[in-house]
This record gives sequence, C-alpha cells and structure tokens, in this order.
Amino acid sequence: MHPAISVIFFTVMSGAGFGLMAMIGVGVPLPGGLLAAFLIPLLAGGLAVAGLIASTFHLGHPERAWRAFSQWRSSWLSREGCASVITLLLFGLYTLIWMVTGERALWLGLLIAAGSLVTVYTTAMIYAQLKTVPHWHTGLTPTCYLVFSLTCGYVLATGLSGFVVSNSDAAGLAVLAIALAWIVKYMWWKHAENASLADSGSTMETATGLGNIGKVRLLERPHTGENYLTREMVHVVGRKHAAKLRKIALLLGAALPLLITLAVWAFTASTLWMVFAFLALMAGLFVERWLFFAEAEHAVSLYYGGPQG
Amino acid sequence: MTSLPQSTNKALGLVIDLDTCVGCHACVVNCKEWNTGGYGAPLADLDPYGAEPEGSWLNRIHTFEVSPADAPASIVHFPKSCLHCADAPCVTVCPTGASYKREEDGIVLVDEDMCIGCGLCAWSCPYGAREMDPVENVMKKCTLCVDRIYNENIPEVDREPACVRTCPAGARHFGDFADPNSNVSQLVSERGGFDLMPEMGTSPVNKYLPPRPKTKPSSCGSATPLTAAQPKAGGLLGWLDQALEKLG
Amino acid sequence: MGGDRHNVELSPHVSDEVRKTTCYMCACRCGINVHLRTGEDGQPKVRYIEGNRDHPINKGVLCAKGSAGIMQHYSPARLKKPLLRVGERGKGEFKEIEWDEALSLATQWLGDVRQRDPKKLAFFTGRDQSQSLTGWWAQQYGTPNFAAHGGFCSVNMAAGGIYTFGGAFWEFGAPDWDKTELFVIFGVAEDHDSNPIKIGLGKLKKRGVKIVGVNPVRTGYNAIADEWVGITPGTDGLFILAIVHELLKAGKVDLDYLLRYTNVPWLVIENEGGADHGLFARNEAGEPLIYDRQSGSCLSSKQPGVKPALKGQVTLADGRSARPAFELMAEKYLSDEYAPENVEKTTGVPAAQIHRLASEIAEAAFEKEVIVEQPWTDMKGERHERMIGRPVSFHAMRGISAHSNGFQTCRALHLLQILLGSIDCPGGFRFKPPYPRPIDGQPKPHGGCKPGEPLPGPHLGFLRGPEELLLEDDGLTPQRIDKAFSWDAPMSSHGLMHMVISNAYAGDPYPVDLLFMYMANMSWNSSMNSAGVMKMLQERDADGNYRIPKIIYSDAYNSEMVAFADLVLPDTTYLERHDCISLLDRPISEPEALADSLRWPVVDPATQGEGRDVRGFQSVLLNLGGRLGLPGMINEDGSTKFADYADYMVNHQRRPGVGPLAGWRGKDGESSGRGEPNPDQINRYIENGGFFEAHVPAEALYFKHANKAWTDWAIEMGLQDGPVENIFQLYLEPLRKFQLAAEGHGSRQPPDTHRDRIRSTFDPLPIWYAPFEGQGLDEEAYPYHAITQRPAAMYHSWGSQNAWLRQIHGTNPLYVPGGICDEAGLVDGDWAWVISHHGKIKVPVRRMEAVNGKTMWTWNAIGKRPGAWNLDDDAPEAKKGFLLNHLIHELLPPKADGLRWSNSDPITGQAAWFDLRVRIEKAPPEDHPVSLPQFEPQQDSLAKSADVLTYGREWGEGN
Ligand SMILES: Nc1nc2c(c(=O)[nH]1)N[C@H]1C(S)=C(S)[C@@H](COP(=O)(O)OP(=O)(O)OC[C@H]3O[C@@H](n4cnc5c(=O)[nH]c(N)nc54)[C@H](O)[C@@H]3O)O[C@H]1N2
Ligand SMILES: Nc1nc2c(c(=O)[nH]1)N[C@H]1C(S)=C(S)[C@@H](COP(=O)(O)OP(=O)(O)OC[C@H]3O[C@@H](n4cnc5c(=O)[nH]c(N)nc54)[C@H](O)[C@@H]3O)O[C@H]1N2
Ligand code: SF4
Ligand code: SF4
Ligand code: SF4
Ligand code: SF4
Ligand code: SF4
Ligand SMILES: [Mo]
Repeated sequence: MHPAISVIFFTVMSGAGFGLMAMIGVGVPLPGGLLAAFLIPLLAGGLAVAGLIASTFHLGHPERAWRAFSQWRSSWLSREGCASVITLLLFGLYTLIWMVTGERALWLGLLIAAGSLVTVYTTAMIYAQLKTVPHWHTGLTPTCYLVFSLTCGYVLATGLSGFVVSNSDAAGLAVLAIALAWIVKYMWWKHAENASLADSGSTMETATGLGNIGKVRLLERPHTGENYLTREMVHVVGRKHAAKLRKIALLLGAALPLLITLAVWAFTASTLWMVFAFLALMAGLFVERWLFFAEAEHAVSLYYGGPQG
Repeated sequence: MTSLPQSTNKALGLVIDLDTCVGCHACVVNCKEWNTGGYGAPLADLDPYGAEPEGSWLNRIHTFEVSPADAPASIVHFPKSCLHCADAPCVTVCPTGASYKREEDGIVLVDEDMCIGCGLCAWSCPYGAREMDPVENVMKKCTLCVDRIYNENIPEVDREPACVRTCPAGARHFGDFADPNSNVSQLVSERGGFDLMPEMGTSPVNKYLPPRPKTKPSSCGSATPLTAAQPKAGGLLGWLDQALEKLG
Repeated sequence: MGGDRHNVELSPHVSDEVRKTTCYMCACRCGINVHLRTGEDGQPKVRYIEGNRDHPINKGVLCAKGSAGIMQHYSPARLKKPLLRVGERGKGEFKEIEWDEALSLATQWLGDVRQRDPKKLAFFTGRDQSQSLTGWWAQQYGTPNFAAHGGFCSVNMAAGGIYTFGGAFWEFGAPDWDKTELFVIFGVAEDHDSNPIKIGLGKLKKRGVKIVGVNPVRTGYNAIADEWVGITPGTDGLFILAIVHELLKAGKVDLDYLLRYTNVPWLVIENEGGADHGLFARNEAGEPLIYDRQSGSCLSSKQPGVKPALKGQVTLADGRSARPAFELMAEKYLSDEYAPENVEKTTGVPAAQIHRLASEIAEAAFEKEVIVEQPWTDMKGERHERMIGRPVSFHAMRGISAHSNGFQTCRALHLLQILLGSIDCPGGFRFKPPYPRPIDGQPKPHGGCKPGEPLPGPHLGFLRGPEELLLEDDGLTPQRIDKAFSWDAPMSSHGLMHMVISNAYAGDPYPVDLLFMYMANMSWNSSMNSAGVMKMLQERDADGNYRIPKIIYSDAYNSEMVAFADLVLPDTTYLERHDCISLLDRPISEPEALADSLRWPVVDPATQGEGRDVRGFQSVLLNLGGRLGLPGMINEDGSTKFADYADYMVNHQRRPGVGPLAGWRGKDGESSGRGEPNPDQINRYIENGGFFEAHVPAEALYFKHANKAWTDWAIEMGLQDGPVENIFQLYLEPLRKFQLAAEGHGSRQPPDTHRDRIRSTFDPLPIWYAPFEGQGLDEEAYPYHAITQRPAAMYHSWGSQNAWLRQIHGTNPLYVPGGICDEAGLVDGDWAWVISHHGKIKVPVRRMEAVNGKTMWTWNAIGKRPGAWNLDDDAPEAKKGFLLNHLIHELLPPKADGLRWSNSDPITGQAAWFDLRVRIEKAPPEDHPVSLPQFEPQQDSLAKSADVLTYGREWGEGN
C-alpha cells in the first residue's frame, strides 16, 4: 500500500494523543494549576486533533468530512470519526472542569479512557477489517495500535508527571510497556511474514480463475503508465530497504526509549527525561507505520503482476 | 445507506467470456467515452499529452499468460470492471453513505455529491474496480450504465451497457442473474461461469466464463487420420482414375 | 433503502442530434452515430460516438479507436493553417500562410513540372480511402509516378489472390462465418476488417466452431484460437504445402470443383529448353486446351460438355507433348520435400500437428459438407439444384504477405483453399462485391508520359507478361520512380511506395523535382531505415539544393512527416469533410450485399477550435486540378469544374452512368449502380445513415466466379460491363512467362543480374523459398526473428496523439521468448540491444512464453520522434517507445554479386518487413535508460496542449 504521510501522521499522532488522554483520564499524577490544566490537555487533544486533521488531508473532499459520521452502523471509519469526536468532546468537558475546579473528575476520566481505547481500536479496525490486505487483517493489528497508543500515552504522561513527582517505578513500568508493545509488534511482524496474499489463499490463479489451466503470470498491464490503483495499492518496497527501516524503527522506537527509561529507572533520575523517550518512540513509530503501509500487499496487486509488482 | 440491502429485486450484472475476449479494449474506451459526459463528474485525465498521462477509467483489460505443465503457454485477455458484489465490502466500509447498493437491481453506485474521497472503498475492493478521479477527487466506478439501461431518451435496443453494446466479439453479456432463465444465468450454467477470488467472500454478481480447453500440438484429436488414397497402386494418380470415373 | 435517498438521473438527456457518418480510424470504415450536443461555447460538440446498428460492416459495434474518436477529433496536434517551411527541413519551423498563397504556390510548382516533364512529380498517397480520385488526378496530370501504400502494406495478399482466383482476403472477401465448420487464420493481428473479423470470431465461438491460429505470437485472435500453430516466421508456405501434400496423398481434394472452376486440366507444354516450355497449349483462338477423356482428343477448355483428363502425357496436333497442369502439381507437392516430417524443423511445427490438422481440414471439408437448398445456373448454362459447400475457411494477412516469399505463400494458401473446393461456396471463403474480379477484368498498368498531357490509362494494374512491363526502350530502365513493373518487381500491382524516397534521393532511375505526399508518415513509421530516410530528405547536392527539391504534404496532424515538408496543406478531421467509400476503390461490401458509403461534415471545422482554417484534401486536389487545367477537372471555358469533393462525388462519371457513389442514382434517385447523377444523392445517403446497400440476389450468393445470376446482377449494378471469365489459375502462366524470359527467351529479357532470381522464384505453381534477408546473412550471427503486430487500440502513428489511447499504449516493450531471455540473461525490466545487419536499437525487454521460441516482437508504430504530435518532448512514446523500423533496411544485405536488392518480394515488390533477422544483447544497467536511437525534437507552432482533460464536464449529471 502507498504509505501516505497524512495517514501515517494520523495514526501515530492520534494514537499518542488518545493514549495520553486515557492516561490523564485514569488519573496519572500530573502537575496542577490552571496552566497545567490548560497545557496538558492541549497537548493530548492537540496530538489527537492534529492526527485527525492530518487524516483529512487524505480526503478528496475534506469539506464534506462531516458526512463521515453518518454510517457508524457499518463503517469503522465512520465509527472512528464518531468515537474520536465524542471522546474529544468529553475530554473538552473534563478539561473545562479541571480548569475551573482544579479537580480531575475520575468518573469522566474513566469514560474518556474507555473512549480513547475505543477510538484507537476503531482506527485500527479501519485497516484490520480489510480482507484485501492480509497483513492487516488480524486481531493483532488493533492490539498493536492499542499497546502503542497506551505506551505512548504512558511514557509521555510519566514524563510530564516528572514536574510533580519523581517516581522511578513508573519508569520501570514504562520499560515494561515499551517492551510489551514491541513484543506485540514483533508478533505482528511474525504474523505478517505468514500473511502474504498467497498465505491467505489469494493468488493470481484465484484472482483470474485460470489456475486450473496452469500457472498464471501477468503479461501486460491494462495501461502502460501508472494509475490510481498501482500507486495506491501496488506500492513496492525493496526487501533490503524494508529490513533497514525495520532496524531504524527498532532503534528509534524501542532501543532508544528503553535506554532512556531504563536509565531513569536505574539512576532514579527525573522522569522528565522520559519526554525524550517519548520523542524517540514517536520517531520510531513513524517508521514503523511507514512500513505498516508500505509492506502491506493488497489483493489488487494480483491483477498488476503480483505483490512484487 | 451503507448497509447492504438484505436482498435485491434483481441482480443485474455482466458475464464476461474469457474464451471470446480478444483484448481489443473497445469496451474500455467506449465506457470512458460514455461516462465522461454522463454520470457524475467527467473521467479526468492528467498530463494527457505529457510524460505521465493517466486518468480514471471504469473498465480495464489485463493480459495474462497461462502456462500449463504439458502444453504451450497461452494468453488470456482479462476485462475487469466492478462486479456489483452481493456482499460488497466497498459499501459497508464507506463512512458517508456515498457508496450504496441499489435494492431494486443490485447495482453498486457512488453518490458523488456525498463522497469525501477517503478511498477506503477502493482499499476494500479486491478487484481494483474503484478509481479515484484525479480532478474531482471523488470515487469512480462502473455504474453498470445505470443511465443507459433505463434511459428513455435512447432507443430501447440501446438500453444496455455501453461496453456490452460496443464489444465487437460479443464477449460481454448483460442481464439479471436473479432470473434463472435470463441469458446470463443460462450462460453461467452452461459454460461453468465462475467468481473471481471467491475467498474474499464478496459474492460477485458478475461472472466469468472460462476459456475452452485448447488442442495440444501433439494430441491426436478426434478427426480420423488421413490414409493414402485408394487404390494403393499408382498412388494419387491411380486414385484419380477411379475418382474421375465416379464423377462421370 | 439507498434508492430513495440517492438521486440518480436514470434518463439523462444524451444529445441534441445524432448524425450518422463513417469512422476513419482504420480502413474498416464502420458506420457511426455521432451524438452532438451544444458545448460551453454554444457550438456543437461531440458528446458520444457509437456504432451504427444498421451498418453492414460493424452492425453497431465499435472498436477502441472508433470509440476514442472524440479525442482524435479534438487532438491538440491538429494542424490549423497552411504552412510554409522557414527553417531547415526536418526541424519543423514554419510560417502560417493563407490558403490563397498555398494554392498558388502549389499550382506554380505543379504546373512547372507538368509542362517540363510530368514524371518529375512523384505523387504518392498513404492509406487514404480515395485512391480512385487521387489516381485519376495523377493520370490527368500525366505523371507515371503514382501509387498508394499497397506496396509496403499487403500487395502480396491482393495480387496473390487476384492473380489466382480474382479475389483476396483483406477487404475482398470473408469467411462464411455462419456456416463454416473450421476456421484457420494465418498471420493476422488486426487486419483492415477489424470489426467484422471480431464479430465473426464471436459467431464461431457461439457455435463452438474450432478456430486455428497460425502465428508466431499467441495474442489477440490467436489467444482465443482453440489451437495455436506457433510457426517460425517466413515458413508458412512450407507448412501449407505440407498440408497440401497430405491432402493430395489421401486424395482429399474436390475433383469436381477443380474440373469445373480451375485451370488444372489445362495442358502444359513440355518442351525443355524451348520458348514455349511450361506455357499452356492453346488453339488458334488462343483458348487453352484440355485432353477430353470422352473423345480422346485435345479440345478447347471452353467447349461445353468436355470431360478433361487430369493426368497423362498428350501429344498435341503439332506433335508437341503436354500434360495437364494437375499432374505437374500433384508431382510437385507429393514430393518428399513437402512431407510433414521434412518441414518440421524449418517451420517449427511438429509433424504430428501437421498430420492432424490436415485430417481435421479434410474432415470438415468433406464430412461436414453444408448444403444450401438454392438452385443456380453456372456460366456454362448448367443448372445446379443446390449449393454444396466445403465448410473450411481461411483468412490471412500480413503475417504471410510481408515476407519476400509472400506472393508465393499467399498463392499456396489459395491453392489449398481451391483444392478443397472452398472458394465462394457455403461455409468457405466468400467474395465481397464487386469481387470476384479476375485478371481479365482488371486494368493493365500504364506508363509513358508527355509534357502537358494525361497518362494513357491508369497507373496500376495487373500485367500478364514481360511485354507489359513499364520499361524504357532499352528494355531495362524502369519508367517509374519506384521501379514498379520493372525487372526488380515485375508484378508490383500496387507500386513500391517504400522505395520512392530512396530512389528519388539516389536519382535512380532519375531524380524528381517535386514529391507530393498525402497522409503517409514516410519520415517515420512507414519507412524502413527511418533515420536514413530522414537524412535523404534533408541532404543537399553540391549546389546546396535539397536532393529532393520540393515536398508538398497533406496531413491533418502534426506528424513526423510534416517537419520534412516545404508546403503543408492541412486537412480536416474525419468529422469535418466529405469522403466517399466507393465501389471504384475499396468499398465496404459484405458477402451478401454490395455497399458503399460516405462521410460528410457532421461538424463545421470553423466551429471546432480556435483559428482552424483547414480544407478537405480531396477538395483541395480538385481545386488544384482546376487551376492546373487538368482534363476532366475544368469546364469548357477553363473554369474549375468541381466546387468541392461533394460536387465531384455526385457529378463525376467514370463511365457513363457509373460514378463514385452507387446508391440513389438517376435524376429521381431510383436507380442503383448505374444511372445519371442525382443532385440529391448525398442527402439520400445521409438519410439512410451514410451508406447504401444492395443485397445480392439469393441465386447469386455463392459460386460468384461461375454464377450467371451474379454476372447479370454485377452488370446491372455497373460492377462490370460484360461477362468476365474467371477460371482459377492454380498454374499461373504469367509467372512462367517471366521465367522463360529469364531463361533467355523472347525479346524482353531481364538483365543477367536478375535472371537467377526470376528463374527460381517465379514458379508458376506455388513454392516456398527461404526469406531473402535470412538467406543473405550468417544465420548464426542473427539467429532470431523480430516482427511487429498492430495493437487493436492504436492506428499506426496517429493513435499516440489520442489522450485516451496513449494511456493504453504509451510505450512498447520488446517481448522476448523465455528461452532467449535465459540465454541472454534478461529479466523483465532489463534493457537490451537488438542488432540487425543494418543497425542497432536499445529497447526495454519483457519476457513471454506464448510465442515462437525464435521470435521476438513488439507493437507497431508506438515509438515517436520527440516533439511530434504535440506531445511533450519527454513523452514515454519518445523516451521508451521505439520503432523496429530502424533495424530494417530498404535494401538487402550486400551479397557476392555486389548488388543491393530492394528488401521486397521479387515478384510484387511487397516490402518484406517481417524478414528481419536479429540478435540480442543485454544492455548495461543505467539509472534512467531511454530507447535508442533518439532524435532531436521537432518544433511545432501549435498551442501547448492542456495539462488536464475533463472532457464532457459541461454535460455531467444534472446539466
Ligand atoms: N488497430 C489497428 N488496425 C489496423 C492497423 C493499425 O495500425 N491498427 N493497420 C491497418 C493496416 S495498414 C494493415 S496493413 C492491416 C494489417 O493487419 P495485420 O495483417 O493483422 O497486420 P500486422 O499487425 O502486421 O499482423 C501481422 C501478424 O502476422 C504475424 N506474423 C508475422 N510474421 C508471420 C509469419 O511469418 N507467419 C505467420 N503466420 N504470422 C506472422 C504477427 O505476429 C502478427 O500477428 O491492419 C489494419 N488495421
Ligand atoms: N515495422 C513495421 N513498419 C511498418 C509496418 C509494420 O508492420 N511493421 N506496417 C506498414 C504498413 S502495412 C503500413 S500501411 C504503414 C502505415 O504507415 P503510414 O501510412 O505512414 O501510417 P500512419 O502512421 O497512419 O500515417 C499516416 C499519416 O496520415 C495522417 N492522417 C491521419 N488522418 C488524416 C486525415 O484525415 N487527412 C490527412 N491528410 N492525413 C491524415 C497521420 O497524421 C499520419 O501522419 O506502415 C508500415 N510500416
Ligand atoms: S470489447 Fe470485448 S473483446 Fe474487446 S476487450 Fe472488451 S470484452 Fe474483450
Ligand atoms: S467489485 Fe469491488 S467495487 Fe464492485 S461491488 Fe465488488 S467490492 Fe465493490
Ligand atoms: S471514497 Fe467516497 S465512496 Fe469511497 S468510502 Fe470514501 S466516501 Fe465512501
Ligand atoms: S457497464 Fe457501463 S460503466 Fe460499467 S464497465 Fe460497462 S460501460 Fe463501463
Ligand atoms: S474498426 Fe474501429 S477504427 Fe476501424 S473503422 Fe471501425 S470503428 Fe473505426
Ligand atoms: Mo498497411
């Protein structure tokens, strides 16, 4: 699949944003005061909203985006839209209460945490529902999105909590969270290795129905140039290139944050440092997300010469 | 609505005969020609006279090479447009309700005024039957020529899809699959019409007819092998006498 | 649900008016309904083009090119105004001039030459569909140098057929799609009969009739064939004769048919070394003799009631010895040379497959006999109760004809058809009116030219022997610039357009002053050695003058050829002019109906784009004829006779009562075929959908070559003026006459250099010899064949300006057989050098298995010169597309004799495109490879084309 910047940005940023919201919601210790009550929600909401706005860059008609709320009964994309907006509205209310009263309403927070999880889940389901992309079509996809969202939220929240408390155990927990997230991602990768189109039972033979005659191979594409489908769905990444990027993703998204959090934990340093872990994690996730799209094989590629192009 | 109708009154669609299609692209171009001035936005072309011309099309011909283990490779020209699936994933994924399947005839359409151009429906279609228009940024797909098949401004005989009407080889057939006696249902049962990628669970309405088996070069075939002309004596010229005799 | 919320306009308004005319994107000439609708500028615009259901050719269907007519008509490469060259030739630098100036200039150039030496005008036209006008014009002008594209296209097919049985495949006939039981198609990718063939194949598929495709490449029609014969290029003759061998051996031939309709009973003189050896024995009246088994004597073959022998030596009255041609034929083909086992290696077709196909053919012909219960009377007056058919049909085109052995191969195929008795019988091959038209009904070629005078007769035709060659008094020097009807290509019935530029450049046989061309892209895809031709057009002599001093060219678009013209006459598009698809030319008949048609301006050019000031070429030609005072084109007072082409179509009479259009003749429009001009004729055509059709009477539907009802009808319709005898010439005496000349007999003999080749190739019975290019080379150095195919969705070079079609074929890879790929280390996406004896090109490669293992191929005419057709200089057609033409030389590789022969069939001069031999080498990888050779971009004065196209926006839903 074509790794569109807008969609990468959308999933990574909103994942982190809703993750942070969930952490805020469950009551992770954070600085008090009006400024914090304003800035911290702004950061969480900002990440989520920035992601959501980025997603509209992907739309041909962003001015009609409001229509996307209508089909929640069948469409994950619609559900995602609804869930995110409801969660954001609740979070707005939460923020207001926080700013006005200085109190963080736990009942509302839990609701927001649930909403965030639902939102991230629906985001993931936009991809996971697609039978046409076997890499994505697995329960591991939402699991991945959820653990990354929560991990991002947790690492960032712990980082921010550094202003008020210094809790190296929290850092220790973050180590676990980061490790867990990448273990899930590793499982996803393992799954992906065995979830090629062929593994899922789709081949050029089934695509054409000609398998009973013999081995099928594309001779000519319909047109000699590119088209929407080839650019959108028949994206090809070199194996070597992908392996290198995977290393970069692990370096930035796993090794570096782990190192930082471990250091914070080991040296009981200020958890503020974990903000850097968060940044590294995000950077790694951008690469991870790029690969999530770029490496995914779409069934349509079978009509265009197979996933190898 | 994005939900699919429980059932449709008719199941209109196409039968495409892979044994007859010569890959001439007539249906492709006539489809473009009809639709660019018709349903919804025009089918735009970018850089039409430049280095990277490309446009939106509703129907495309792929060419496959099929290599049997024990016979020479053959070529199959493979037309593909929307299959108007009964369980159309492109409809259910649509967040806006722009994509829908008509209850009256099963045609899957995009209401372009509602489409936000998110592209998700194209992602969900295993067949590559949807293309985003590069200028209007709305999703384009085969309409089964809904603006022809019921069009009272054109003669009744012409109320069939443009691609069917134009196909020189007669490789495309249009009809109602819900009616077991229709031309298309008959063809499918006689010739073993099949679904593309049944494993995707889309239940396509359009069906493909398989290429008939080919004669292998070395096969002995059904004709009686030729034997030397009788009588043997004198070979052909000996036979000639007798044959001429017979003619009188 | 859905339905009520979504508004769909189920009955949108389609068009304001439908105008019916004729498509032009290929020589098929389908009927089209052009839907017009008002555009944003208030002018009529084309909304939609569909096939005309009533039309005899396409019956409603339309191909990709026809469906892309909108883009062809609105192409940004359309020329707008007459152009006069200002820069160097080939650069494409012009200034726009007014029509008055253009026409005076042309008149001055043409008039000059006509008064001095008319042959110094070479007037050659491409695949235009008005040869009866252009030919007549050239005849009135007086130059012997006229022809159209036939010589480089498919004259072998046309001549091989006409000489043999008075018809041909191509547009002259078609298989009996409804009745045939086996169909074999040789070397066809698209053909001129594009839609009818597809409609026909569809019919066969519906009936489950077996289709056999003989072709090195298994795409298109061959892809759907039930059986594929992946033959090695240039060897079809051998394959066909092996089938003939099998059939003869088994006695599976239709003797009755052969006796009635062919010349195989005719007696051939045996007089080794004599001047009559191999000629037919004739009586005083010149009638060929047969040996009558009944009376035991030699009688005229024309005598009714004879029972001719088919074998046995006969002593003629004058003591000479003779044998029936049948016996010579049987002896020849029964020889082991043609046994399937012995042709297997050369043809690449397994012997077992040949055996089986022969038996399948015999079975279909003789066991599946079809009978039409229709009594008919033959030309001898014999009444037949029914029409008995041999339902095997064949079709073939350039795959067999575009070889240097093509004439004989085409003859071999006709021999096969005739042995089976399957010409114009139910289920076989059927003539399309006005065919059959045997040699006796065909003109002879005319040369001889005098200043200011017309030529004594038509340029092209069918000669019968050396005495009719167009040679100067020395008996050697060709009269024509293309050397047609000379010893180089004696029976070149369509001329040799592909040799015109190189001969004129070389001044051999003489230089020309003025080259006048019409719709032929001769500096590019219709020439062999395109780069060389471009140089010839640009080269100057010692005095600094161009070696070809002046070039006038008419094109509708900014093609590669435009850049080389001195004066460009811009034509209209096909929707803007009158044209006539005439029985005098290449009509659109189908076997059951005679038909002709027209084009008419369904839109006015002035409304079809800014600054468009173009004129239909035929009207311009008639106007020039008037200005030049050409006979037939001026009134008695010297004024121009025809206002325009429409006027000519209605009022010109070729013979009394016979004009360009056959329908609605006579003052009242009540006569068909013959009749006075009818001033309302064009309107009557338009009312009828642009065409005229007259159904062949039931009694005349088959056996037209010998059918009295057909002859009567043909005479009534003006197709012929009296009965014409049509005995199928399996043994072709004119060929033997040339052989005799080469053997040293007669007053006109070829130069010594030509003797061997004429002796060995002009066999009066079909033979096979290896194609010349391969013969002249070290086959190990050039082990492979390289050929082209026409893509169904492109027409030669002009499809590339079409925004829709060029998306389908914007580049062309070279398809290389898997075995060769493995040997040369090539994988998809690699680039390779392809090398012939003449040059090398660099091209992108794609692997393919469904192809003859020694043959690589590509789509024809996709490669473009940068800047042509108003495409960007970096268009994929120019950067990645390529022409095979750069590898093909117009001359054969030099041989020991020191001569350079034209790369053509020795009999007809047909260009031997498909004889090309090559080798292939992987090219070192590069970052941004381009095809080679590349050429300097040509300039154009046209407005830049649009960046985005949204055709039809104004009519979209709701508008
Ligand atoms: N779409 C389209 N239609 C056209 C044209 C066009 O440009 N585009 N051009 C028109 C013109 S001018 C012409 S002349 C006709 C020509 O119509 P075709 O005769 O169909 O012309 P080609 O495409 O040259 O096809 C030649 C075929 O012969 C095969 N071939 C080559 N060598 C051999 C051989 O030795 N033996 C056999 N058996 N096969 C061989 C090739 O693989 C190819 O399939 O088409 C006309 N129609
Ligand atoms: N390698 C290879 N070369 C081949 C062949 C092959 O098979 N292989 N085939 C050969 C054959 S059979 C043929 S017939 C030739 C064809 O070769 P050409 O006859 O040169 O074919 P086109 O490219 O169609 O060029 C015709 C010209 O007519 C112009 N034209 C189009 N419409 C109009 C109009 O309405 N009016 C006027 N005045 N001009 C118009 C076009 O712009 C173009 O410049 O190519 C030959 N060349
Ligand atoms: S028009 Fe008919 S034959 Fe041609 S590509 Fe389309 S389906 Fe095939
Ligand atoms: S073919 Fe694709 S676009 Fe058409 S209904 Fe099926 S899934 Fe939807
Ligand atoms: S692109 Fe349009 S039709 Fe497709 S899912 Fe999005 S809104 Fe629906
Ligand atoms: S039915 Fe109509 S819209 Fe669909 S492919 Fe055919 S012509 Fe195009
Ligand atoms: S075959 Fe196609 S291009 Fe040729 S005349 Fe017919 S519709 Fe036009
Ligand atoms: Mo041609």
